[in-house]
Amino acid sequence: MPTSDYDPACLPDLLPLYYRRLFPFSQYYRWLSYGGVSKNYFQNREFSFTLKDDIYVRYQSFTTQNELEKEMQKMVPYKIDIGAVYSHRPSQHNAVKSGTFQALEKELVFDIDMTDYDDVRRCCSAADICSKCWTLMTIAIRILDRALREDFGFHHLLWVYSGRRGVHCWVCDDAARKLSVAARSAVAEYLSLIKGGEETVRKVVLSDPIHPFINHSLSVVERYFCQYAIVEQDILGSKESVDKVLALLPEDILSFPVVLGAQLTVISLSLTYFDKEIMLQYCYPRLDVNVSKGVNHLLKSPFSIHPKTGRISVPIDLKELNTFDPFEVPTISLICEELERPRADEAEDDDVKDKENEQEAGERRRIRDYKRTSLAKYVKVFDRFLEAMARSRKGEMLQKSDLQKDF
Amino acid sequence: MQFPGRRKKLIGSSQNDLYDHCLQFYGQPPLENISLTEFETFAVERLKLLKTVENLGVSCVKNSEQYTKKLDAEISRISEYEKRRKDHISHFILRLAYCQTEDLRRWFIQQEMDLFRYRFNDLHSKHKTDFLHKNNLKYETVSAEEKKSLQDKLIASSYGLSGTKVEEHDVYKVPFQDALDLVRTRKVYLLAGNAYIPHHEIVTIVLNDFRTRLSKALAMTARSLPAVQSDERLQPLLSHLSHAYVGQDYSIQKNIGKISLEQIDALSGKSFPLCMRHLHKALRENHHLRHGGRMQYGLFLKGIGLSLEQALQFWRSEFVKGKVDADKFDKAYAYSVRHMFGKEGKRTDYTPYSCMKVILSNPPSQGDYHGCPFRHSDPELLKQKLQNYKVSPSGTNQILELVKGMHYQLACQKYFELTHNVEDAGFSLNHPNQYFTESQKLLSGGRDIKKEVDMSQRSQENPASVTRPSQANSKQIFLDEIQELSDPS
Repeated sequence: MPTSDYDPACLPDLLPLYYRRLFPFSQYYRWLSYGGVSKNYFQNREFSFTLKDDIYVRYQSFTTQNELEKEMQKMVPYKIDIGAVYSHRPSQHNAVKSGTFQALEKELVFDIDMTDYDDVRRCCSAADICSKCWTLMTIAIRILDRALREDFGFHHLLWVYSGRRGVHCWVCDDAARKLSVAARSAVAEYLSLIKGGEETVRKVVLSDPIHPFINHSLSVVERYFCQYAIVEQDILGSKESVDKVLALLPEDILSFPVVLGAQLTVISLSLTYFDKEIMLQYCYPRLDVNVSKGVNHLLKSPFSIHPKTGRISVPIDLKELNTFDPFEVPTISLICEELERPRADEAEDDDVKDKENEQEAGERRRIRDYKRTSLAKYVKVFDRFLEAMARSRKGEMLQKSDLQKDF
Repeated sequence: MQFPGRRKKLIGSSQNDLYDHCLQFYGQPPLENISLTEFETFAVERLKLLKTVENLGVSCVKNSEQYTKKLDAEISRISEYEKRRKDHISHFILRLAYCQTEDLRRWFIQQEMDLFRYRFNDLHSKHKTDFLHKNNLKYETVSAEEKKSLQDKLIASSYGLSGTKVEEHDVYKVPFQDALDLVRTRKVYLLAGNAYIPHHEIVTIVLNDFRTRLSKALAMTARSLPAVQSDERLQPLLSHLSHAYVGQDYSIQKNIGKISLEQIDALSGKSFPLCMRHLHKALRENHHLRHGGRMQYGLFLKGIGLSLEQALQFWRSEFVKGKVDADKFDKAYAYSVRHMFGKEGKRTDYTPYSCMKVILSNPPSQGDYHGCPFRHSDPELLKQKLQNYKVSPSGTNQILELVKGMHYQLACQKYFELTHNVEDAGFSLNHPNQYFTESQKLLSGGRDIKKEVDMSQRSQENPASVTRPSQANSKQIFLDEIQELSDPS
């Protein structure tokens, strides 16, 4: 599919169109209302907008879906972040007695950023990504998704492409949203294996016994390692990069890395785990604990635009993870262009449905609209995610009413 | 103080329900009426117990055989019901006294946790599970089949777990949010949001819970405190409890006049604890001390035996060397020296400060020299000072380690041991004057003098601490308790 060239200068024209006709407001509102189980959950949610000329406004909140739409269409934010659900409406936080305005709940989130892997990827650096290093994101998603589901028992995970160089995970379970700062930080630490910054050469240290979590993670890494590291990244391809690998070995070891079959093995004269450590150092997900820790941390919203690339932050379908290509993700210019293209089978139901109220009509128009664009399949992923949460809520309510013998 | 909660019936057979387990989380406050005497006795006894817990905790390895034996010996043999009732009530009384400052809360929580751990470990496995269930801790034990299927994973996740241990002992399933320390360090097996905790680690989880509850409860208690403090029967007792040095208070002057002023310089190097040595040096160098320093040092000097005349001479000669002329001294400072000796006005507490008081109250600011150097000095400065006083590097390190662990009195004890060249101080340091007495004893090689002195103290009343003549009887019981605790050896 041809991708229209994106030019940031067009944003002032494209964004209004996007917010008027393509942004999936009803699904978005449905998500953040979480079935209306908690009163004022949506109303007390903080949003922050970055407007034109980098004007940043916090503590935005909205009482209805309609108000959200109108405000976004009016303010035309370049960036949208989602924050916590507070004790009061964020837009009125100044009127609240100091100390009583508090962040109460928020999804548990993770942010994997490709720049954190710069010391181990040879193909790109900084904000650049390519198909070769994108495998790192695939590995990260597989490892974290498994751990969050199987170890921590979470069910409702939304993985989102950030729009440029990474992915985000939104853990939306009830229990996840209620986690304390200490709990979030404990989860993030449990999931962290890479320790150390620029001054640390050997960033992964394993010792007996190896925790089952590490073994699970290793089996994922091993699946991808040969293709990713040996072939694509070519880590043994030059003296310089071989030296980098050898630098990770403990000093007193006499050994050398070789490729045996599909695995990197280090032939050595002692029993330690440095072959595993090397693989992990090159491939294991690097997460920023600070992003996950804070209940009030603001994170880029799904379906917002990345101003530098024009790409939409779309949900990632894990069933198609192996074929996900960040360069195929639609840009705002593409979908706006697709919108303008006339469709032969466009039905003329507008007249018939004129009697319905404006909002509903607008919604249905919007639904027809995005369905005509490349955005459609991503909204479908989002829909399925919302469906699963709704089913689960229903299941819980049935359980509760059964227990109370309420029929 | 109003506490929400169900009213518990206290009649007849329900006696069993109210205290149906020997251990509790202290979730509900006691709702009965007790006499003022019971209020005081219960509180003092529990404080005694917590102090014992503290002392044992630093002199023995916690939960070792020696530790448990000694602690067993402390728990008296009265009826189970009475024991549990006392436990319940005394805990809540001490909450009132120990909720006010961060330091007090920390001390109280630490000792209560140690006590709880000892008592929990003492329970039979069945009683442990009973306790968990009674307190709504959703900690189920894992079935034998599940244990078997997860055996390898369990062994690979938990420290010190072997195949036999898994088979023989219980493994508990705990929501991961209740086992954060183990999750954070990946020292536990996680499955579907549950942490699988082996038997020997469940006490850590329970303790975490205990600490969280107690910490919250103390914060709440502190907020309700003004209402309690307005009850004039309780206020003096509570304030005494929280600052009580449960031991000898050196308010009776012995050996008056036995120390001459010329000896003080030499004594400060040999027998003064670091805080007083520091104050003395500052006084000599600056020819001045601020109020906090004058109080702490002045009362100490009174405690070691300086007479009023000597004290006046001492302070005047020093201050006059500085910016203060003799007239000004007589007008301003002499009054306060006489005050310290009870010769002016009326004061409630003029006993030399205990370590607890020095550590917990009135922290020094810029230009002050009082306080406890182990608590209030920056570790680097403390290190330098110790080096200047010729303490060996390894000794200094030992002291700094103790300081890091917040064991200030132990650090001072270590300083005693290093400067007197002994392995073991032979006493549990609680009071600067105790440091001095012990030091003098050691340097002169006698034990008998001390015993004599203590006997004579026991039979005396303590005028400085009597505050309400009308409550003399109950007060007497309280004070007697304190006297009894004066000589742990």
